[in-house]
Amino acid sequence: MATHSHAEEHHITGNKTYIIVWAALMVMTAITVYVSYINFGMLNIVIALVIASIKASIVALYFMHLKLEDSITWVFALFPLLLLALLIGMTITDTFTRTIVP
Amino acid sequence: MANHTIAHNVYVPFLEKKGILSWILTTDHKRIGIMYLISISFFFLVAGVFALLMRYELLTPASDFVQPHTYNVLFTLHGSIMVFFFIVPGLAASFGNFLIPLMIGAPDVAFPKLNLGSYWIYLLGAAIVLIALAKPADTGWTFYTPYSATTDTDVVLITLGVFVLGFSSILTGLNFIVTIHKMRAPGMTWHRLPLFIWASYATAILQLLATPVVGITLLLLITERTLGVGFFDPAKGGDPVLFQNFFWFYSHPAVYIMIIPAMGVISEIIPVFARKPIFGYKAIAYSSLGIAFISFLVWAHHMFTSGISDIAATIFSFLTFLVAIPTAIKVFNWTATLYKGSIHLHSAMLYALAFIFLFTIGGLTGLFLGALAADIHLHDTYFVVAHMHYVMIGGTVMGFFGALHFWYPKWFGRMFNETVAKIAWLFIFIGFNVTFFPQFFLGVQGMPRRYATYPPQFESLMSLSTYGSWILGFGIFIMTLNLIAGLINGEKAPQNPYGSLSLEWQVPSPPPLENFEEIPHVTDWSYGYGKKK
Repeated sequence: MATHSHAEEHHITGNKTYIIVWAALMVMTAITVYVSYINFGMLNIVIALVIASIKASIVALYFMHLKLEDSITWVFALFPLLLLALLIGMTITDTFTRTIVP
Repeated sequence: MANHTIAHNVYVPFLEKKGILSWILTTDHKRIGIMYLISISFFFLVAGVFALLMRYELLTPASDFVQPHTYNVLFTLHGSIMVFFFIVPGLAASFGNFLIPLMIGAPDVAFPKLNLGSYWIYLLGAAIVLIALAKPADTGWTFYTPYSATTDTDVVLITLGVFVLGFSSILTGLNFIVTIHKMRAPGMTWHRLPLFIWASYATAILQLLATPVVGITLLLLITERTLGVGFFDPAKGGDPVLFQNFFWFYSHPAVYIMIIPAMGVISEIIPVFARKPIFGYKAIAYSSLGIAFISFLVWAHHMFTSGISDIAATIFSFLTFLVAIPTAIKVFNWTATLYKGSIHLHSAMLYALAFIFLFTIGGLTGLFLGALAADIHLHDTYFVVAHMHYVMIGGTVMGFFGALHFWYPKWFGRMFNETVAKIAWLFIFIGFNVTFFPQFFLGVQGMPRRYATYPPQFESLMSLSTYGSWILGFGIFIMTLNLIAGLINGEKAPQNPYGSLSLEWQVPSPPPLENFEEIPHVTDWSYGYGKKK
């Protein structure tokens, strides 16, 4: 099974794809640096995080071959994102409601 | 259960090869399991001695045996060594390593070299902590800020040791997940897997997904102490409660990293010695995953008195009660398995029964602490100490001792003295309850934990608890001697002394190097007792 998916992967992902992905990452890095000189106020961090998330996603999809993996690997890849959302979300639930007394 | 495989070729037990290199360079999961077993047992005994010293100090109200600072160091070392070096790797690394490939019909784990690497990372972490003992920390095992950011004891080294150790846990979890997914023998479907495997799987997910958070948290603490970055210092814009959020996001799931493998052990022992199929197989299997998932949602119940908001506390309290459901499912199913069983009180079974009894007390008292109003009174008192020890010793350690007695013949090919094992169990059971049951009363009466001194009115309960610790320590001493004596002059163990149907018992004791001469074809689950000849 391992050899099968390996062969498949060679078949689908050529060097051209890797170069395009690399170029896209470089462009997005340049954008990140460029926008850091412009003040968007509250949106500064949002823009930086959106670009970083897109970069991380394409690294996972293409360089780490997630795009070619089976569904169980996707479950293991996405579940930590849910946990991260829980960690941040439930911690914020505390921080934002400290002044409220039910 | 399987069309296995006993030997036409020459049988070479995995323990045959001698010499130090055959151990330190081995990639055999069974030998790596033994190395973990010896290491964790060593740390268990060391941390146990710290506990005895603490209890000796508490024999009288005054601080007359050690100075208060030394007492703080003692409970820090007892807690952190027990938690990070014994009970977290504990059953998962030792028995998990030994049993997972054998139970699923595989020749080894998926990544044997990574497995050996995990063990050496564990020892590296331990070595760093040993160096840290030159100026031992006095923060308690939780390393709470702001104190841990300011104390002049060596917090950096001990947390660095725990950080390194985390990688061992993560890699072991990864290895077990891949092994269970990819290396099951033909016919070993998910619903034929032994329940210990389901438990190990749930544990491995927790190890893989939760441990990185504590690693990063401790790294943030190290950064704060060494570089002065104010993650947790309010004067620099940080928040000490943030440390608690991060710490418990790992450390509450870690409680289940500690207990779920023990639950798996109990699910294996009970059907064998009750000679009955396990009751509610799927409910037990999926409740392990249920506990693992819910354990990520309850962490702030450790922080009800830390100044978190009332709304957050209410949500976390509610979610905490949810954990009781999958846990109770297991307890009821074990009890139902015992019902009308043909029960044989082997020493392993005695530990399993002790588990059910003591863990139930530990679990129910956890609900007291999960209730907001009660927790305000009980938080940071001996009630918490008693509760967590009923779960950790009454649960995990009883499971660990049960596993030791159950799989000992398989692992080492020898038998221990069963009568002595039962006597040791009796001392341990009585000693444990005498030590920790009085602490519930102490807690309710308001005696806080982590003090070297106490008001005189608590002396009778405190000294009773100390006497109990001596009985408990004596029981563990006898048990250890008995198991070591068995290794030296115990009778040779037969292949399957208890008539178990599980796959690991269908190979010789101790198992051959490659586990199975041919990979077995599994045709049934391993709990069909009372139906087969």
